[in-house]
Amino acid sequence: MNIIVMVKQVPDTTEIKLDPKTGNLIREGIESIMNPDDRHALEAAVRLKESMGGKVTAVSMGPTQAIDVITESMGMGADKGVLLSDRAFAGADTWATSFTLGKAMEKIGEYDLIICGRQAIDGDTAQIGPQVADYLNIPHVSYVFEIEDVREETLVVKRRLEDGFERIETRLPALLTVIGELNTPRYPVVGRLIDACREMAPVEIWNAADIGVKTDEIGLEGSLTHVIKTFAPKFKRQGEMLEGNAGESIKALVGKLRDNRIL
Amino acid sequence: MTIWIEADLCNGCKRCVKACPYEGVEIRDEKAHILERCTSCGACIETCKQKAILTDAKPREIPDFSDRKGVWVFAEQRGGVLQQISLELLGKAQELAEALGQDVSAVLLGKDVESLADTLTRHGADHVYLVEDDCLEQYRPISYTTAIEQLIRRHKPNILLMGATHIGRDLAPRVSRRVGVGLTADCTELSIDPEEKILLQTRPAFGGNIMATIANRYSRPQMATVRPGVMERKEQPENNGDVIRESISISEDEIGTKVLEIVREAKKTGDLGKAKIIVAGGRGVGDGEGFKILEKLADILGGEVAGTRVAVEEDWIPADRQVGQTGQSVRPELYIACGISGAIQHRAGIVNARYIVAINRDPRAPIFQVADWGIVGDLQELVPEMIRQLESAKRKLREG
Repeated sequence: MNIIVMVKQVPDTTEIKLDPKTGNLIREGIESIMNPDDRHALEAAVRLKESMGGKVTAVSMGPTQAIDVITESMGMGADKGVLLSDRAFAGADTWATSFTLGKAMEKIGEYDLIICGRQAIDGDTAQIGPQVADYLNIPHVSYVFEIEDVREETLVVKRRLEDGFERIETRLPALLTVIGELNTPRYPVVGRLIDACREMAPVEIWNAADIGVKTDEIGLEGSLTHVIKTFAPKFKRQGEMLEGNAGESIKALVGKLRDNRIL
Repeated sequence: MTIWIEADLCNGCKRCVKACPYEGVEIRDEKAHILERCTSCGACIETCKQKAILTDAKPREIPDFSDRKGVWVFAEQRGGVLQQISLELLGKAQELAEALGQDVSAVLLGKDVESLADTLTRHGADHVYLVEDDCLEQYRPISYTTAIEQLIRRHKPNILLMGATHIGRDLAPRVSRRVGVGLTADCTELSIDPEEKILLQTRPAFGGNIMATIANRYSRPQMATVRPGVMERKEQPENNGDVIRESISISEDEIGTKVLEIVREAKKTGDLGKAKIIVAGGRGVGDGEGFKILEKLADILGGEVAGTRVAVEEDWIPADRQVGQTGQSVRPELYIACGISGAIQHRAGIVNARYIVAINRDPRAPIFQVADWGIVGDLQELVPEMIRQLESAKRKLREG
């Protein structure tokens, strides 16, 4: 089974701090990591390869330093790596990103399965998986937390819902987006990490011309949505003090919560 | 494309610094400098009175969308049960449609779901586009995408809203790709720009650390998903809407997936980041025993227990329960701070909470400044009282 895994390098948003005076983001010194959901995608792919044979190709799009997540992927068991890196890819929204990734999938070709994390922690959009699937005209299943059965031409998976799950059979090739519940990712093997950094390592870096896209289809120019403003989150607080003895003040509070549809 | 500053023209007014969404401009020696963070978004260019910001990008033309009309809401139903989020979206859609002078429509897909149309109408839908088909009985990405694609091509809506549920977040991106439009995920705020008449979509970014407002100028419909519980439903009992029955062409073998089984499970607990309600304690709780009563309150409310750095350092709660700058940022609907003074580091972690309740003995505790409702008093007395009142209300409800 040939599997492509899409991985993303993201800033570790759990480490992001706010400037206590201005409430602004402090961006300096934030570490870059492999997106957490993507580690589970990679683990799933490597396990499938181990049980069924085939190849795992890790693909990422990002600046040149995103090669680190390709290296890490190979350390975890990917056979090949492709980094899509070009100044022209920068500033892409999900429309332009899914197009770019879709083109790369077509160039890699011959895949039975594409796996990626449900969402990346820097954008939290969860859009890229389904969008790439639609671009490639293949079915997708999102929020996958169990791969139950793998057959010649189909796959049975469990998809997480808010109040339970669905068991879904999908035709192959298909795209899965996976969540952390799926597995426990392995640590990269040091020897494999070193191999991935050697000159002969099966890692390629592709630019816009390599995947045959024009600059007005990709990056900021090819995007359909644009950020026009950012600001520190603030909610208006009512700042109301509830008076009386314990019984009265709590009664008032419960009433307020009911009025505001919290209870 | 590149953006640069013509230093001779720049007067160091800082307008560009304020305009930049990415903190990509800096003033050094009274001149603006573009930093490496610049994504070439161009937000600064228009704000510069000196015309000192130059770019090699061609100005992009905005297509004429005057034939795109109507605010659409995807009416999400599961097993014939309409999801609350759809009614909430209809509430917001009424507001947006009024600002545009356009109609509100609901898109209802499924099998034998016509009876739901009435509820949609009474919550503000002027029209209900109804598609009933065997292949739409259960939600499946490709059949639903194809159905919505065909409706969009037929009726050319201006805006399409979906819930940011496990179905909406699965369907919306696929639809957006199919019809060639931009999509903004998980919005917490939507409004119409009074001049440009476009949809302004605000959402949290960077793990909720900042908010971003996003515009979708170059494609229609303008698509957004919205988190459940953020918008308010608005009932219109007198509203008369019409049901427009539509058919679609799709064959079963295009769809590619089959739903073998749908299983409902009791809710799992644990994740603070996703908790709707959080009961948190600080130094004022006193000891690990004190947290038991907070746990009981959290249980009744269906929420989670959390605490401050002090509570973790004192070993009253585990480290993964810590909220604040060195802990987690949370965004519950309700955050009940018990015995928490409200140091800035703690407040930084709860700015995204929808409502904050503070219970503290000290009337001057800074937590009251960021609370929606505050009670000065002893939490050992107030929390059990709240448990008692909630329990008795529940009992009454059960006894009917």
